[in-house]
Amino acid sequence: MTAADVLVEVAGVTKSYQKGKETVEVLHGLDLTIPRGDFVALMGPSGSGKTTLLNLLGGLDRPTVGGITVDGQAIHAMSGGSLAKWRSTNVGFVFQFYNLLPVLSAARNVELPLLLTNLNGAQRKQHVATALAVVGLTDRASHYPTELSGGQEQRVAIARAIVSDPTLLLCDEPTGDLDRETATEILQLLQALNRDHGKTVVMVTHDPQAAEYAKRILHLDKGSLLEKAA
Amino acid sequence: MKWLRQVAALTILNIRTLPQRLGSSTVAVVGIGAVVAVFAGVLSMANGFERTVAGTGSDDIAIVLRDGSNTELTSGLSLEHTRLIAGAPGVRRDANDEPIVSAELFVIVELQKKTTASAANAALRGIQANGQALRKRMEIVEGRMFEPGKYEIIVGRGAQHQFVGLELGNSIRFGQTEWTVVGVFADGGSVFESELWCDVRVLQPAYRRGSTFQTVRAQLVDPASLATFEEALESDPRLEVDVFGEREYYAEQAEPVTNFIRFVGYPLAFLMAIGAIFAAINTMYSSVSARSREIATLRALGFGPSPIALATLLEAAVLGVLGGILGGAVAYLGMNARTASTLDMQSFSQVAFNFAVTGELLIDGLLAALAVGLLGGLFPAVRAARVPVAVALRGF
Ligand SMILES: Nc1ncnc2c1ncn2[C@@H]1O[C@H](COP(=O)(O)OP(=O)(O)OP(=O)(O)O)[C@@H](O)[C@H]1O
Ligand SMILES: [Mg+2]
Repeated sequence: MTAADVLVEVAGVTKSYQKGKETVEVLHGLDLTIPRGDFVALMGPSGSGKTTLLNLLGGLDRPTVGGITVDGQAIHAMSGGSLAKWRSTNVGFVFQFYNLLPVLSAARNVELPLLLTNLNGAQRKQHVATALAVVGLTDRASHYPTELSGGQEQRVAIARAIVSDPTLLLCDEPTGDLDRETATEILQLLQALNRDHGKTVVMVTHDPQAAEYAKRILHLDKGSLLEKAA
Repeated sequence: MKWLRQVAALTILNIRTLPQRLGSSTVAVVGIGAVVAVFAGVLSMANGFERTVAGTGSDDIAIVLRDGSNTELTSGLSLEHTRLIAGAPGVRRDANDEPIVSAELFVIVELQKKTTASAANAALRGIQANGQALRKRMEIVEGRMFEPGKYEIIVGRGAQHQFVGLELGNSIRFGQTEWTVVGVFADGGSVFESELWCDVRVLQPAYRRGSTFQTVRAQLVDPASLATFEEALESDPRLEVDVFGEREYYAEQAEPVTNFIRFVGYPLAFLMAIGAIFAAINTMYSSVSARSREIATLRALGFGPSPIALATLLEAAVLGVLGGILGGAVAYLGMNARTASTLDMQSFSQVAFNFAVTGELLIDGLLAALAVGLLGGLFPAVRAARVPVAVALRGF
């Protein structure tokens, strides 16, 4: 694998939290390489540090020790401001509970990341329409989150995650709150984004069936990684 | 530009979510509204009183009192004195070369207040023929002027509004004498509107004052003549008098009320403002904590901490302005043009004045409300900017 093929490089990452006077080490010296175009399922028992690792990959948190390089950029060394800027163009987040803003319509929710770009109103509209078309919700653009089903909400959230065309999609239990059928639709959508749109996907899941959609499965247990081929 | 777009989008978001925090937002708005209402009330009182009192004074009119008496009530001038005063240089003369002066006498009568039905003091002033001309804005608005030599009175608008029994045509008894109300006068809202006027020549015997007066009001040639006039009177060995410009005289009379406003009104408004700031802080803290997951989501999407802080501050500013509008409306509808009266400490009579809620005052109130809102939003804004993203995304 050449350097250009590597999207994410995690090197010797340790993450500890301060709980009162005690220091709890959640991740112990992790090493991980994710090639461009990969679809990784991250599994493991509750409390094993999956969300913590995902937050580190997305630049929402910083490792206590070690380095994380994404697309050649050492994000562990970035300042808060440039990290926020980096997030807006390089990663898309998909959350278990969608995290849509209830007072905004689907289209406005999807538009949010574009407010951080130089695109004008018409261009933003264009991008929003494209993203909504990719997730198959063109006809729901003006609906509010409360008027959508859970699966539709998650698709709006996915549209929001891809609207600024990031390379990396980070999904934390994206189907955790959905029934089997809807979950399948979401997983197929993520698979299509990986296969047809070149997104590198890292998906945390508890569900072995969901993990089947990934190209490979990583197991995190007590803060250490084990790999299993899918 | 991008930064401004973030601020604008986030502010609109915050305001859109206001209805979800209706309870605490209402508390803040009402609290700020109350401050503005009190603030506007105090200032309108100060304003109205100032207008009344300042409106009373003219620069080219002098008031002469006996030396050492600051008020008309304690003053006393003989007929001889009043003639010397009238003849002094600086006094304007009419077509017949007669000096334009009015020697006046001022007694206190008891009347019943309309509001409380309790007795209160009013001033009954005897004036000379020139007395009316010496108050430039004085006009009869109802009935007619009293006739010289008769027991007739005209009553000021403010007095009529305040006291029982001063309707046109009424008879009213003060001491041994029966008076008839023959007219109502206005004087541009000045303190005179709180008085009752009659011919000084009938007032003197009615109150057994012989031929004494208390004040001489003199029309000066021009404002600059005040110095000449004053010098002439003070250098005259036959006279022991104090000379005041009319404006200065009434400004001095207003001091107790002005002090009340300064030492009671402003501190009250200030204390309430502090209370409102705390209400706003509380509201904004709960707004930030209610939105913390939203804030974290936006931060994850790449929104910066400073636009999030500023949007929180602007939300507080909006609450402040809403409170300002509410308080201003309450003050305007409830107080503007409402007449209040206060005991004038110097003459021991009731002075009526209008609360004047001016546009300028409403703008000041709005600015004060904005300041309260911004102060209340400051710490919560900092907290919003510091929401720990990874923690808040977990939903606690
Ligand atoms: N901010 C924090 N402060 C202290 N401890 C934390 C913090 N965030 C996470 N932890 C702890 O780190 C450990 C790993 O948490 P994490 O959320 O990464 O686990 P997870 O694998 O995502 O679990 P789940 O499957 O339940 O989502 C847990 O023990 C958790 O209590
Ligand atoms: Mg988790």
